[in-house]
Amino acid sequence: MAFQILLNFFLAFVWMFLQADYSGITFIIGYVLGIGVLFVLRRFFHRRFYINNVIAIIKLFLIFCRELITANIAVLKVVLSPKLHNRPGIFAFETTLEKDWEITILSNLITLTPGTLVLDVSMDNKILYVHAMDIADSEESKREIRDSFEKAIKEVSR
Amino acid sequence: MIVISKFIIGYLVLQGALLSLIAAFGVLRLPDAYTRNHAASKSATLGVISILLGVFLYFLIIEGQTNSRIILGIIFVFLTSPVAGHLISRAAYNKGVPLWKGSVQDDLKHHREKTNQKAKG
Repeated sequence: MAFQILLNFFLAFVWMFLQADYSGITFIIGYVLGIGVLFVLRRFFHRRFYINNVIAIIKLFLIFCRELITANIAVLKVVLSPKLHNRPGIFAFETTLEKDWEITILSNLITLTPGTLVLDVSMDNKILYVHAMDIADSEESKREIRDSFEKAIKEVSR
Repeated sequence: MIVISKFIIGYLVLQGALLSLIAAFGVLRLPDAYTRNHAASKSATLGVISILLGVFLYFLIIEGQTNSRIILGIIFVFLTSPVAGHLISRAAYNKGVPLWKGSVQDDLKHHREKTNQKAKG
């Protein structure tokens, strides 16, 4: 991905030299044309076309924002309810992610998910121990949500 | 335009203050360290972020100056506060702070016991 971005910058500079006009506008036009060239030549790269990764990163950021807001609403409900009838607990969650930064992002996302907080990561990076605010309704539905997180993170690193 | 943006800015700052207040209530009300950490690490994050966003929009629209440090502040809070919540509750667990008596499940304890037995045997 980094190589393709660097190549795109290089093409934009070549475009600036061809025009003999060294302004930001010319650079942007060259960059957009470079995206087109890289899209045509995408089968010569080992990895996939990098704009897909950029779109996946933006999607991940939007998921982060949405989860932050829903998490706050969930905490607000628990705190402001007259009686505490939630049942907290710790459950283990097996992850299929492997790289360190992926697990870091996943645990940040889980911490921002409504009612869950990462307590510990096992030594072999396979199991995350998650403290849940309410274990009864959380476990199954949250597992589904987390599968969608994992998918989004895998989409970025592919 | 200015009037609408004033309403949005006022809403953002008020929302941030209310969320921080609710986080403080949560820290007082909830029964054990871990559930308190839920309230502190989530509501406080969004509270601080929305206050900072309101300040940024105020200076951008009404005073007409872009202050990029506020944006950097938002990003830093957004990235660091979940990590802080994780580290505090992990330190509490390692120190042996008990869960609330209403807690129903503790997978991490079983895991710790198993690894300890392996280390001994």
